[in-house]
Amino acid sequence: MTDLAAPTTAPPPAQATSPLNWIRQNLFNTWYNSLLTILLLWIAYQLVPPIVTWLTVDAVWWAAPSEVCREAAGACWAFIHEKWRFIVFGFYPHAEQWRPALAMVIGLGLLAASCNRALWNRWLALGWLIGLPAIGILMSGGILGLTHVPNTRWGGLPLTLGLAVIGLVVAFPLGILLALARRSDMPAVRAVAIIYIELIRGVPLITILFMASLIIPLFLPSGVNFDRLARAQIGMIMFAAAYLAEVIRGGLQAIPKGQYEAADSLGLSYWQKQRLIILPQALRISIPPIVNTFIGFFKDTSLVIIIGLFDLVGAARASLADAEWRGFYKEAYLFIALIYFFFCYMMSAYSQHLERTLDHSNRRKGDLG
Amino acid sequence: MAVGTRPGERTERGILKVWYNPQTRALIYQVALVGGLLLLLWYLVSNLVSNLERQNISTGFGFLWREAGFEISESLIPYGAADTYGRAFLVGLLNTFQVAFIGIVLATVLGTVVGILRLSSNWLVAKVASGYVEVMRNLPLLLQLFIWYAIITVSMPGPRNALEPFTGLVISNRGIRFAVPAEDPSHFWIGLALLFGIAAAVLVYRYIRRYQDRTGQRLPALRYCLVALLGPPLVIWLAFGAPSEMSVPVLQGFNFQGGMVISPEYAAVLFGLTFYTAGFIAEIVRAGILAVSWGQTEAAASLGLRQGLVLRLVVLPQALRLIIPPTTSQYLNLTKNSSLAVAVGYPDLVSVGNTTMNQTGQAIEAITIFMAVYLTISLSISAFMNWYNRHIALVER
Repeated sequence: MTDLAAPTTAPPPAQATSPLNWIRQNLFNTWYNSLLTILLLWIAYQLVPPIVTWLTVDAVWWAAPSEVCREAAGACWAFIHEKWRFIVFGFYPHAEQWRPALAMVIGLGLLAASCNRALWNRWLALGWLIGLPAIGILMSGGILGLTHVPNTRWGGLPLTLGLAVIGLVVAFPLGILLALARRSDMPAVRAVAIIYIELIRGVPLITILFMASLIIPLFLPSGVNFDRLARAQIGMIMFAAAYLAEVIRGGLQAIPKGQYEAADSLGLSYWQKQRLIILPQALRISIPPIVNTFIGFFKDTSLVIIIGLFDLVGAARASLADAEWRGFYKEAYLFIALIYFFFCYMMSAYSQHLERTLDHSNRRKGDLG
Repeated sequence: MAVGTRPGERTERGILKVWYNPQTRALIYQVALVGGLLLLLWYLVSNLVSNLERQNISTGFGFLWREAGFEISESLIPYGAADTYGRAFLVGLLNTFQVAFIGIVLATVLGTVVGILRLSSNWLVAKVASGYVEVMRNLPLLLQLFIWYAIITVSMPGPRNALEPFTGLVISNRGIRFAVPAEDPSHFWIGLALLFGIAAAVLVYRYIRRYQDRTGQRLPALRYCLVALLGPPLVIWLAFGAPSEMSVPVLQGFNFQGGMVISPEYAAVLFGLTFYTAGFIAEIVRAGILAVSWGQTEAAASLGLRQGLVLRLVVLPQALRLIIPPTTSQYLNLTKNSSLAVAVGYPDLVSVGNTTMNQTGQAIEAITIFMAVYLTISLSISAFMNWYNRHIALVER
């Protein structure tokens, strides 16, 4: 490249990047922007100092009885100090709470490792094979000298994460099958998929959870029954599968017809074609909407409190029901809001990372000019 | 020439020959699927029938005509505990419609504003707007509802020392009250005149468009339409002697009387739905505007269009095409999410249905009603939006 006619023009002038210049260009470039900046600064001046004082200076930081908090003008971190284990673990027996904590560490560690494609080898598979039963044993107990904890006492963050992860892991393949079915050539298969997807997507999640908790028992033969947690999980899976199916269908539709024809001309069977040619491309282009669906689903797990399970939001509300600590909702909700925000933010950051690393398109990326 | 098998042709006979025919195979698959589903359905229904018999739960929608026996805190139509379950469902349905409709309007306005602000050249404004979007999108709606509800019922002062930002608006832990015109017989006629005014404004606008097509002259459309819209109600109002008495909130005993009240439950649901959905709409609006290339704006400017006209005639029509389909699904989401009202006790359809299920045990019927209602809403909104989409779609030649 260098021996081609090299540009003889002078390099562009260095940009004036003094802070004052930056302020002028980004905050006061027009009269209405100046006005908006001043207005926002005034609002910030009104709001930020009191909030910061409330959060820090006036707050009760140390463990203290609730009377101390009621007299203090600031936030009551003593409440979190007192209740964080209840909010995070729900009604799980206090002495045994290391078990869900360890289970979460195992689960999140395996998930984090699975996020790095360089680690996809048989050790990771082995890790999952050992990890999943280990999580189950830790949560439920009953063997290895662990006391049995019925799942009616599970709650808090382990419940939220468990519902979300199990729900998505099961719903994802179902969603792929439904998406393929909806694009099938067979009219009966297509009709079944369309009816299922539209029926589920047309109604609120609460309705499906009500259905799962109240109607599933009626449809089962007498004597057979799932517990409440399993029914909620089934409802969540049914819900997620329909939404994922639509997202994946969007990806399938974006694959040019030539790819299908090329796969057919290679003599691949239907499933080979989908597995080797179509789905890898379709799933890649639907990563952003899939992750959006994941985030939405993670947030939606909070709805299980309406059918009486104590997930993170439910446990926070239950902690507020304690007469001694009634009214410290700001601290409780702020605490769980930070947890939700952390997980959702991590998911969207990972999706952006995935989009970059999976971008095998032939779009120009480098400095080839 | 003897007819032999050509190389490559399958030579299987009988059952295998049938199996290798793609059409028959597809047929077999489909028959198996439908048959399997029907068998499953038959099994489930037979279980259901025996379970219902055993538990002595009555079936059918007859309960809708029985007395409900529970009160509903908010209702757009007269309702009492002596009314039927059917009427209770209707009350819930109207409440759902009301909160969803107002939520959609407010979320659209707020979302559009935030979406445009995210594109502002003012760094501070853009950052604040994107911070808003991040927070709203990353927190569960249910949590947001609880936070709003707690802010109103716990943090707001009692009626005796209610906040009064200005005369006619009081905010207390019993809800938000504001002054409205006192009830007057003229209201009915004014409303009627307003409907007439809307029709008149549409006709006037059409006439102006035709006039412009015919003569090339632009009449001041906005002014004429406003006169046509507001003229008739104004005349009626004056004809009734311009009643101007206001019903203002006054403290009586432990609570305020008079004015219009927004209950804490309603406010929590409305604020939660509005702010949450606005975060999503803002992203849609931003993406839509970004997708219209800058060259379009420059081309319009080089044709001599003023800045307002560039936005109205060139940028918005193109951006709207991208904005409308995803916004539709946000409207649907908002409507469905209004069912979370049950968590804070606003009597929407699901909340009323939940009470009914607990009282009568007829869960299947209640959930069937939910599904029918929400499916109808979903399908009608998407039908309307499809129509609108076609209406503004690109006409390619």
